[in-house]
Amino acid sequence: MYPDDFYYSKDHEWIKVDGDAATVGITEFAQKQLGDVVYVELPEPGTEMEFHQSLGVIESVKAVSDIYSPVSGEVVEVNEGLNDSPELINEDPHGKGWIVKMKLKEEADLEKLMSASDYEKFLDGLED
Amino acid sequence: MKTTKLNSAHKKLGGKMIDFFGWEMPVEYSSIIEEHMAVRTRAGLFDVSHMGEILISGGQALDYIQYLTPNNAARLTPHKAQYTALTTPQGTFVDDMLVYCFNEERYLLVVNAANSDKDFQWVMDHKKGFDVLIENQSDSYTQLALQGPKALEILQPLTGIELTEMKPFHAARGSVAETGALVSRTGYTGEDGFEIYTQSDDPEKVWSAILERGKEYGLLPIGLGARDTLRLEATLMLYGNDIDDTTSVLEAGLSWLVKFKKGDFLGREALLKQKEEGLKRKLAGFEIIGKGIARPHYPVFVQGEKTSEVTSGTYSPYLKKSIGLAYLPVSATEAGTVIEIEIRGKRVEAKVVPLPFYKRD
Repeated sequence: MYPDDFYYSKDHEWIKVDGDAATVGITEFAQKQLGDVVYVELPEPGTEMEFHQSLGVIESVKAVSDIYSPVSGEVVEVNEGLNDSPELINEDPHGKGWIVKMKLKEEADLEKLMSASDYEKFLDGLED
Repeated sequence: MKTTKLNSAHKKLGGKMIDFFGWEMPVEYSSIIEEHMAVRTRAGLFDVSHMGEILISGGQALDYIQYLTPNNAARLTPHKAQYTALTTPQGTFVDDMLVYCFNEERYLLVVNAANSDKDFQWVMDHKKGFDVLIENQSDSYTQLALQGPKALEILQPLTGIELTEMKPFHAARGSVAETGALVSRTGYTGEDGFEIYTQSDDPEKVWSAILERGKEYGLLPIGLGARDTLRLEATLMLYGNDIDDTTSVLEAGLSWLVKFKKGDFLGREALLKQKEEGLKRKLAGFEIIGKGIARPHYPVFVQGEKTSEVTSGTYSPYLKKSIGLAYLPVSATEAGTVIEIEIRGKRVEAKVVPLPFYKRD
């Protein structure tokens, strides 16, 4: 369920890293909790982000949720497809529902995140 | 948390349970959008047992209800209901509700879940001098709502009551799925539909029978999330958001509820004065033109000045845009007026639109 090559935050964001290029989204668990996503507020490319700074907002029918940057870095691209089809986040949260691409500033930030198996254990712990 | 008799049924269906004013209720089962559209195009079944029921009986039951409410309850005949309100002496809302007439000495008030205790207390506190008996029957009723274009087709085989003959806001006693019930042609969605009230110890029988019967029609169980988006599209009031004890019945756009000629009632003088002086503000509907979703409490700006806050706001699954309600200065309530809603510090354009947002064919 949770790709092995992703890292995961406690706020249910995932990040896939390739050198200093990173892709960020929210997890399957998060999209399920949110329900139907109807609007996404994306940052501007070029925006500098600190670890755990608010990257943007995902709105479901009933609620507004912040997306937190899982690393420090610069936003280089945003998923424009989410403007017309915010439901991509529900349909394919780990793939087509990606939210931003970033240039990683501090690789050590990844140490603060969880592996897929740690994230799955974390989720089990939440259900108790 | 309090639970309805259908609590385990909701959980078995995969209901995502939340705390709604002290009640454990399902906010959704599959998806709010899917549930919403099911009601608009086929049918949906809601458990609304958390709502309150107050029985007023006795020789002066009608007189007392006339005193407590602005609408004319004398027009009710047995098995007829009307939308009305409990008003304060200032002409503002204690609650909005339905009043059902069982007979000339027996009326049932059906009130908002969140106000159940408050309303019962209000009705008890004002009865001095009236020959009436007040009973809080909220705990004994299970209330289901079956709403949507297919509602009648789904329900008819389950009851001996002739549903095609039941006019809107009329009711009848009979049985549904072999269970004694009161059925009325009422609802909170803007679609055709029925509300079913039973005091049976086994209401799950009715719930399951309807779901089973409705399968071939694509009937879905519906949670409170879609209940809210449906009622807002149909522009039905939500106490605590659109109406409360600071908003008058006239300001809320419900002047049709106020029958000044019927006799004295709590708030009559204040409302008459307000009518004569003219309203300063009125509840208006808007659509977001820019980007974003309006939500309750977001600041509203008219010509650069903050006038109020959004009372109800959401993404409308049927209209596929963000809609909302807000009290605006009367001069700004004309359809087409451009206003601004502040969303996370940014002002987003919206335009006033005629109400209701949605009306069924």
